[in-house]
Amino acid sequence: MSEVKFSKEHEWITLAGDVATIGITQHATEMLGDIVFAELPEKGSNVEKDGTAGVVESTKAASDVYTPVSGEVVDINQAIVDDPAKINEDPEGAAWFFKLKMKDISELDSLMNKEEYDKFAKESSS
Amino acid sequence: MEIKKTSLNKLHQDCQAKFVEFAGYEMPIQYSKGVIEEHKFTRSHAGIFDVSHMGQLFIYGNENLTSDLEKIFPLDLKNLQQNCSKYSFLMNEEAGIYDDLIITKLENGYLIILNAACKEKDFEILNNTLSKKYKMELSNDRALVAIQGPKAVEILNETINGVKNLTFMTGDWFDYNGQKLFVTRSGYTGEDGFEISILNDLAEVFTKSLIKKGAELIGLGARDTLRLEAGLCLYGHELDLNKTPVEANLKWAISKERLSNGGFVGSNKIINQIKDGAKQIRVGIKPEGRLIAREKTKIFNESELPIGEITSGTFGPSINGPIAMGYVDKEFSKINTKILLEVRGKKHPANICRLPFYKKSYVKGVN
Repeated sequence: MSEVKFSKEHEWITLAGDVATIGITQHATEMLGDIVFAELPEKGSNVEKDGTAGVVESTKAASDVYTPVSGEVVDINQAIVDDPAKINEDPEGAAWFFKLKMKDISELDSLMNKEEYDKFAKESSS
Repeated sequence: MEIKKTSLNKLHQDCQAKFVEFAGYEMPIQYSKGVIEEHKFTRSHAGIFDVSHMGQLFIYGNENLTSDLEKIFPLDLKNLQQNCSKYSFLMNEEAGIYDDLIITKLENGYLIILNAACKEKDFEILNNTLSKKYKMELSNDRALVAIQGPKAVEILNETINGVKNLTFMTGDWFDYNGQKLFVTRSGYTGEDGFEISILNDLAEVFTKSLIKKGAELIGLGARDTLRLEAGLCLYGHELDLNKTPVEANLKWAISKERLSNGGFVGSNKIINQIKDGAKQIRVGIKPEGRLIAREKTKIFNESELPIGEITSGTFGPSINGPIAMGYVDKEFSKINTKILLEVRGKKHPANICRLPFYKKSYVKGVN
């Protein structure tokens, strides 16, 4: 498993072979508050880097989920659709959103590492 | 304009509140526990709400004031007992709603609780309609604190002995630290509870005493989910100048005596609408599944023709599912009517349902 990378839209991504697992960050869930609804892309669909690939809703508002890389959706996490509260419980672990078969692994290069993201998250929330 | 702060602002900060601007005030949207936990705590224990941003308007006068206010409000104020409260509206001639409010008869006048965003305009409208004949005071020196939930009565009665004897929608003056508080048994969460009008200087120590006895501060986020589950209207969402009380399905708040004779601002429109029926009416809506339909979501009938719009929609923590209110054409307002809600370009099934979503447990009499 590769190093975890992060996007400015507060998604995290890890790579195993050419399959990326994507979710939203702990920081994102703290900003959103209690998540009560999740919508994921369809299995087999293709998503484009920085395009929308789902929705999460808190009690207060709806927010788009973006994909930091392009690819074909090969799996989705039905457990977070059935029980969206799981996203608040373990956003960077069990509550991953979807898996993509990546088209171009070099798309990862522009993303942030943990240290860079933590700094970015701190600055963007203050 | 500089943002206004209530006298509990420091306490909110100390309790890790996340703030939002609301009607010009810096108000707590939630604390560290989050909306769902705060909501459930209010339903099972007792939540404290800082509603000091709301207007507390005192109008002083005698029988003449009562007669003059009857020309404004659709209430039978002559027969309203002292210390009793009524829910009502300030309307224009077309029965459009400037504000919804709670009015309480006092020994020497009336106390009217107004929405924060409307209070200054309401003051102007009332003062002009009353031809500036009466002393009116939109209080700056009083905070308003609500305590709501099944444990509210026990907790508040320990601090203010005797409040347990108040019945729903009545109030009275009580002593606290050498000052007078006005306490009413009322609220906006669907729970039994109280609202306490208290001098700013005492608000923090008073609120801390409630926290010490087991109540917890609750933010505006949970206040919204609580009131929506209880099927209660929020001004600016369900109610505005383009809606009448009949359309808002609030006929119950209009005195029957006053309907027969009219004579209040907007009475012609209301009497006609009750006779002929309103074109659209406020309803409860339950989306199927977990989908949340927010304010401004378009509503369609089963033939996909537009029939209305959502005015509030969220997740109801005690219902454990999505809930909404909105306006639909009268012929589609019957309970269990199947409708469609357009969210993110797709139409999703939903049903018209009975309000409230959550059954209230107001205390009607003294036990």
